[in-house]
Amino acid sequence: MADQADFAEQATPYLDQLYAAAVRMTRNPADAEDLVQETFVRAYRGFGSFQDGTNLRAWLYRILTNTFINSYRAAQRRPEQSELDDVEELYLYRRIGGLEAASLGRSAEDEMMDLFTDTQVKDAVDALPEQFRLAVLLADVDGFSYKEIAEILDVPIGTVMSRLHRGRKALQKSLYRFALDQGIVRTDPSRSTQGGARDAPGG
Amino acid sequence: MSDHLHDHDHGDGTQHRCDDAIAQLQAFLDGELDAEMVAEIEAHLQDCSPCLEAYDFEAELRKVITAKLSEDVPGDLRARITSVLDRLEAEGGSGAVV
Repeated sequence: MADQADFAEQATPYLDQLYAAAVRMTRNPADAEDLVQETFVRAYRGFGSFQDGTNLRAWLYRILTNTFINSYRAAQRRPEQSELDDVEELYLYRRIGGLEAASLGRSAEDEMMDLFTDTQVKDAVDALPEQFRLAVLLADVDGFSYKEIAEILDVPIGTVMSRLHRGRKALQKSLYRFALDQGIVRTDPSRSTQGGARDAPGG
Repeated sequence: MSDHLHDHDHGDGTQHRCDDAIAQLQAFLDGELDAEMVAEIEAHLQDCSPCLEAYDFEAELRKVITAKLSEDVPGDLRARITSVLDRLEAEGGSGAVV
């Protein structure tokens, strides 16, 4: 059993990352501050049920995520669909991979940092249905393991893997749309060279 | 069109290793594979530059996505939370907080 008197000392080191996660979830700094405050109040009150020595960070994220789902998501218009179109593996790589070869000395990372704006990446993530979006954020930004995400979202590990897999592929497809808009793509590999990449499969 | 993801063929029956490697790419980058599987994939990547290139691309894409999703934390949030926790502590942990 954890002692409530130790809560502040143990939990506040996670404040910054919880707030950043809250902004990504709510897309609104004011809502994020309220969400974090509510999370800390709930966590403080429930700290007696936290087992010392177990994963406090994942426990806090679980409260954050549940509070978001219960209190904020209902107020936001978010895609509710539970399925995504099937998207092939390496969707983006097959379309913009090798971009860096065109400009010597630059990595794919450098190229993509310039190619996509912060807003575009955020919009692409936000376009995902909620259950996929949360899984992708918890894995790719907060670095949680499949097992931790399963605990945070209270779903089986297989479900986490499936949501990540499909969510990431859908994210790549959205990003490709932005790349197309900027005209920085090479020919769609699944079609003849004529006509360019505009007619991506499934698009 | 071949299902093979980067359309290269070693001509020696190793193509299925490429397919396996691509199927495991996400779990590899997530650090979710066991040591044996990691070693198998690393050995394959040493021999197969198309797969290596795809792995590098995906790894770098992840770094870009993570960087673009970073958020600045307002300085006064810590003070606000500390004050809320102090109030809860004073109330014995069960009082209402506005």
